[in-house]
Amino acid sequence: MSDPVRIPPRVPDESSERRLFEIRREAESTGKIAAPGIHPAGAPFPTASVETGYYGIPLLKEPAWTWEIPLYFFVGGAAGSAAVVGAIADYTGADRKIVRDARWIAAAGSVLSPALLIADLGRPARFLNMLRVFKPQSAMSVGVWTLLGFSSGASATLFAQILADRYGPSFPIRVMEQAGQAASLAFGLPFSNYTGVLIGATTIPVWNKNVSNLPIHFGMSGLSAAVGLLELMGNQRNRALEMLGLGAALWESWQGLQIESRQQRAFEPLKHGPSGTATRIGGLLSGPLPAALRLMTMLAGKKRSNSLRTAAAVSAVAGSLLTRFAWIHAGHVSARDWKLPLGSR
Amino acid sequence: MPTTAFLTDSTLCIGCKACEVACKEWNNVGEDGLNWSGFSYDNTGAVGAQTWRHVKFVEQSPEPGFGGNAPELNSWSFSSDVCKHCENAGCLEACPTGAIVRTEFGGVFIQPDVCNGCAYCVVACPFGVVDRNRDDGRAFKCTFCYDRQKVGMEPACAKACPTQSIQFGEINKLRADAESRMTTLHERGMADATFYDASDSSVGGTHAMFIVRGDPRAYNLPPNPEVPTIYLKKAWRSSAIGALMLLGGAIAAFLADGRNGNSRS
Repeated sequence: MSDPVRIPPRVPDESSERRLFEIRREAESTGKIAAPGIHPAGAPFPTASVETGYYGIPLLKEPAWTWEIPLYFFVGGAAGSAAVVGAIADYTGADRKIVRDARWIAAAGSVLSPALLIADLGRPARFLNMLRVFKPQSAMSVGVWTLLGFSSGASATLFAQILADRYGPSFPIRVMEQAGQAASLAFGLPFSNYTGVLIGATTIPVWNKNVSNLPIHFGMSGLSAAVGLLELMGNQRNRALEMLGLGAALWESWQGLQIESRQQRAFEPLKHGPSGTATRIGGLLSGPLPAALRLMTMLAGKKRSNSLRTAAAVSAVAGSLLTRFAWIHAGHVSARDWKLPLGSR
Repeated sequence: MPTTAFLTDSTLCIGCKACEVACKEWNNVGEDGLNWSGFSYDNTGAVGAQTWRHVKFVEQSPEPGFGGNAPELNSWSFSSDVCKHCENAGCLEACPTGAIVRTEFGGVFIQPDVCNGCAYCVVACPFGVVDRNRDDGRAFKCTFCYDRQKVGMEPACAKACPTQSIQFGEINKLRADAESRMTTLHERGMADATFYDASDSSVGGTHAMFIVRGDPRAYNLPPNPEVPTIYLKKAWRSSAIGALMLLGGAIAAFLADGRNGNSRS
């Protein structure tokens, strides 16, 4: 609110009194005053119209989620992808360390994810109300049930592994491990990318305009983070992880190019302002940078290649995390753009 | 039970805000900020978690014959906004707890004892109506006075309206009333009178219909509101492709690695 306009005290002089006399003469002779009158401070006043909307008040509400949700997107994406990578590594007889590390990531995510999701609820004590119905038309409902299946599977797998380490392998432990792994693979696949569906199928323009690529984008971002975490846990020499990391980084580069090449107004929060900066830095850290570092490792010597892959892994994890926050931030900016839902220019 | 609706006629609205007050009093809704907006006489701004009725003060550029005031002065219209109670309601579809239901009167109702405040309905509403109450944690919006309707009474806002700008009744009767009202207005030379119920969009029509003067966009009524479930097919297709890419990529990478001999040193 601005201060009221301060009017300096006036001293009557010859010209002011002549003007008052003129007004009186005009009123006497014509019966009205043709002068434009006073011009109030702030005029012309705002109006509501097709061009200005309803005083530019946004029609849509901004997302009411707090920081837990984008962090959950990151954790869930990494955990889901790690479970899939770990299960396939197990089935193909790859290095056991990858299988074991991937199970740790998946299990950690299966504990953190519901914790974050519940923390964001307005009424956390009522989390279980999510489980009173299953609604295929609600991405949130499908996601919660997927999370439940994934968490059960991933934590059972790790539990079985810990039991096997302590008490030696036995048939019941083996059954629990394999059943848990199968479940974490089956649920991990949708869990790795459903958050793209969750925000894509909303009324927020920047999200629903990207609905066809958001789930793939989030899935690849999650894979990129899972591979990065596995590498940071000491699996830097594995060629399969290297290929997966490179593939994810190349996809993320392609995704960045796609965003940059779109000219619609709805894409502006991804390119301009703080949300645009975050999206671009997140995109660089997820795509071109790790891709370049990973390509360089193929040419570099053994010692240098290790540090290059560590750098690529750190970049990919940071990029994936930043990307999720950037998309949520862009959603806020998009909701505030009153022109989009009204179709104004 | 009859399917009921609101017909809000801005040509009759005098901007007295009796509906806002009646709504707050009957539903015991708290105050939501006593601020000057600084751009018009409307200091409420929009419907939200604690504002279920909101009178819009639409000041438009002068138009000859528009309101009967001096030609150099802005024209005034008022329109009482409310939850649209969509035929295909985005909030209802999105709600993962089943807290949001369609009542026997056709309205969209959030059961406050079930809602856990996940806030997914907030981003699913094409009219920006429902919002999460920060203090309470749950999502709130117009209940269509479900409690009053259950005992056969009209909603508080419609009862308090002194000019019958807010009409309440059986939906087909109100549609017919709106049609004859539009004919009357056009006959009187109010050529810019417009009927709005979003029936030609994916929302499939609303149970809160409006008669406004001029372009509905000046009243923040979107020309093409979309129920977000229309995006689900594309979204899940993308999700399936993403899952296949992840699965196929992992299988290919580990098989190729295995064939070349384990690369771990």
